[in-house]
Amino acid sequence: MHVIKNDTMPVKKALLIRLLSILAALVFVGILSMLLIKQNPFLIYEAMFDGIMLDTWTLLQSVSLLLIFGLAVIPAFQMKFWNLGANGQVLVGCLAAIACMKFIPVSHPEISNGLLITIMVCASIAASCIWSVIPAIFKAFFNTNETLFTLMMNYIALALVEYFVFKWDKGGFGSIGIVNLLNGQKGWFPAIADNQYLISIITALVLTVFMYIYIRYTKHGFEVQLVGESYNTAKYVGINIKVTIIRTLLLGGVICGILGALYAGSVSHTINTAVGGLGFTAILVAWLAGFNPFVMMFTSFFVVALDTGSKYVSTRFQLNSNDFASIVVGIIFFFVIGCEFFIRYQIRFNKKDRTSAERSAG
Amino acid sequence: MENKALELRNITKRFGTKVVANNNVSLSVYKNEILSLLGENGSGKTTLMNMISGIYFPDEGEILIDGKPVQITSPKVAYKYKIGMIHQHFKLVDTFTAAENIILGNREKYNMKAVNLRVKEIAEKYGFDIDPKKKIHEMSVSEKQTVEIIKVLYRGADILILDEPTAVLTPQEIDKLFSILRRMKDDGKAIIIITHKLNEVMAISDRVTILRKGEYIGTVKTADTNEKELTEMMVGKKVDLKIDRVYIEKKKPLLEIRNLTVKSDLGSQAVNDVNFYIRGGEILGVAGITGCGQKELCEAIAGLRPIESGAIIHEGESIVGLPTREIIKRGISMSFIPEDRLGMGLAPSFSMTDNMMLKTYREGKSPFVNRKDARSRAEQLIEKLDIVTPSTETPVRRLSGGNVQKILVGREIESGPNVIITAYPVRGLDINSSYQIYNILNEQKKNGVGILFVGEDLDVMLGLCDKIMVLCHGSVMGVVHASKTTKEEIGLMMTGSLDMSQEKEYGRAKDSNLSDEEWQKANMEAEG
Repeated sequence: MHVIKNDTMPVKKALLIRLLSILAALVFVGILSMLLIKQNPFLIYEAMFDGIMLDTWTLLQSVSLLLIFGLAVIPAFQMKFWNLGANGQVLVGCLAAIACMKFIPVSHPEISNGLLITIMVCASIAASCIWSVIPAIFKAFFNTNETLFTLMMNYIALALVEYFVFKWDKGGFGSIGIVNLLNGQKGWFPAIADNQYLISIITALVLTVFMYIYIRYTKHGFEVQLVGESYNTAKYVGINIKVTIIRTLLLGGVICGILGALYAGSVSHTINTAVGGLGFTAILVAWLAGFNPFVMMFTSFFVVALDTGSKYVSTRFQLNSNDFASIVVGIIFFFVIGCEFFIRYQIRFNKKDRTSAERSAG
Repeated sequence: MENKALELRNITKRFGTKVVANNNVSLSVYKNEILSLLGENGSGKTTLMNMISGIYFPDEGEILIDGKPVQITSPKVAYKYKIGMIHQHFKLVDTFTAAENIILGNREKYNMKAVNLRVKEIAEKYGFDIDPKKKIHEMSVSEKQTVEIIKVLYRGADILILDEPTAVLTPQEIDKLFSILRRMKDDGKAIIIITHKLNEVMAISDRVTILRKGEYIGTVKTADTNEKELTEMMVGKKVDLKIDRVYIEKKKPLLEIRNLTVKSDLGSQAVNDVNFYIRGGEILGVAGITGCGQKELCEAIAGLRPIESGAIIHEGESIVGLPTREIIKRGISMSFIPEDRLGMGLAPSFSMTDNMMLKTYREGKSPFVNRKDARSRAEQLIEKLDIVTPSTETPVRRLSGGNVQKILVGREIESGPNVIITAYPVRGLDINSSYQIYNILNEQKKNGVGILFVGEDLDVMLGLCDKIMVLCHGSVMGVVHASKTTKEEIGLMMTGSLDMSQEKEYGRAKDSNLSDEEWQKANMEAEG
């Protein structure tokens, strides 16, 4: 038996393998749930499905947020710049937006909501860009390792947020509460067609289309891919690698900034350290999608739905914690990611090996 | 004969479902014999040898050693059967000494003194020159090869396989290697040597086994054959092995380089005070052993590497310090085929279309790339150079080496350059593709393009180039007329044993585009 590389798998067959792996994972989850929580697996599946269908708009909003997170890391990843700092970039953006939302209406009570929102978005983008461009500059000029650098920037962002939450928290609850809830909801993003979730969803869709075009059809996108492919070749055709790195990370920063503003103005109206929590899941989502923005719509949905569904299982069967949900998510991911092996490689069982071995033994 | 050391019977090896690397191949090698394994690149020579040395396992067929069938399931088992392979790319630890590398992987107690002694013994027996205590990174390529050979001898190999051992050596080093191989043969060893250089096959081997596209073609006695017959067996049809040298009228110097000094990545002087010029309609060859500064020279001209001092004048204007983009725009094309063949000039996972527009995608004011235009250019190139590819959208890394190189060279020529710098453009290509590339270069020469040709195969350079510049440790040993020199002379210059650069004011064109004062100024500017 030996393993051989296979990079010519037809798309349909690859898709079939992925579907089969999900099916296998569900069967496995079913067996496990019978053993662990002594429940009929079909009831578990049903609970998962119910959980997913429970609140479609919230689900779609979560999918959108995760999708935007993923879109923010895609350009850097296409360049093989391993930006693990989307968490921190979104956090500082959100922090900046919240600060504007909290203090500008106090100092300038007459400010219009439109202007305030514009300022919030700009502040958020600026803060996120600073956070993403620092590691980019160090990478471009000193070739520092971006993985560790961006990771560490996350912790600085977390500490900053903790500090300001502590500072702004008047009641001692460890939280700053919903900002401007009783102050005319200043700085809150307007609902579109009476639907407060639509703004995140529309933003995500627009950014998805933009990112697809940017990477696939623009000169900038071409340069990004070429730098990711080989520094030597990029240099050879006269691309300024430093400029490309910084420009690409700035783009990521802009998207993180938009996301931070969305959290501040539309999703949570407050800030806590959990805001950037989806950043690492986003990396997974981007990889699963092969960095393709459109495919990422599906992988984001898949991840969010899975998470929502399994959490609901815990609720319905009155499990004390979300541990069962984590196990389910873990198993399904194991199967989904594991099946990539069977897509990229082929296993051949070679009967002739044995016969010739037997011949020589005999 | 009863002395059959190794026999392969009907070996078949497939990769994936489509690629058949070896189909029903049989060969045998006797003690006291040197067998050449001849075939073009991609004919399955290395795959076959890898099955003998335990790296691959055959799908069908059997291997016999001393007449008994064996299963060589790993390199360790191969050692057990006294088979030793010397790979094309050395597998040595740079920071270890020769002796340390030699015992590496032998999991037994050792005494360094005894090891050194044993290494010396082996060296004396066969005529190697080696210092067991010398570190690998201080060694020349041929010394490293010596370590590899002694390594397998130390482990008691009786069957030696050498994969293209001469590709990296100078003519003198090749002679030395051959005399060592002959001594080993007289000592009772069975030797298989992989090569595609016919003159070497004729010089060293007793018999020749020929493969073509994975198929076994035949085995002949060297004494009963000639180069022409071997080529026909190897290629499958008659091939004219003559390279034409086109003569055209002398033109003004296009590219003039004086007192050029360039540093390597490690900070040592890679190119040292080099002077030369290329005229339009001239091919200037650059010969030298690996790492003598060819790469740095090419990169300096293309603007990819800053220079320390000196002047690079293109059509009368200095191009020192210009951005790469500007140098490309002025018509200087550089194509460097590195050992892995894909390192520079092409993006392996990009499609052919995308590779076609690597240098031109910036054209126009639109923020979008123009794939349509690139695609039609790709289609034209496919037609013109017989490039074999499923489509213009297939990633180039899936194509065979020859086709990849045709894309690179083709793209560069299509851009209409006036100076072509090309390093190893036929590296690893089969005979037909190589000749296609030579023809393309000759065509460009006829159009008045100046060509700098960095090559490995001295026979080819002697046939194709007008003049040959020989580099040794970054210094020019001389520029000789290809029609008036010999391989031996160039070989001596490559190792620095012969220095002809002092004989006259070399490398300075009498009809230079610049006056003496202007040259001085240009040199000053580069230093300031």
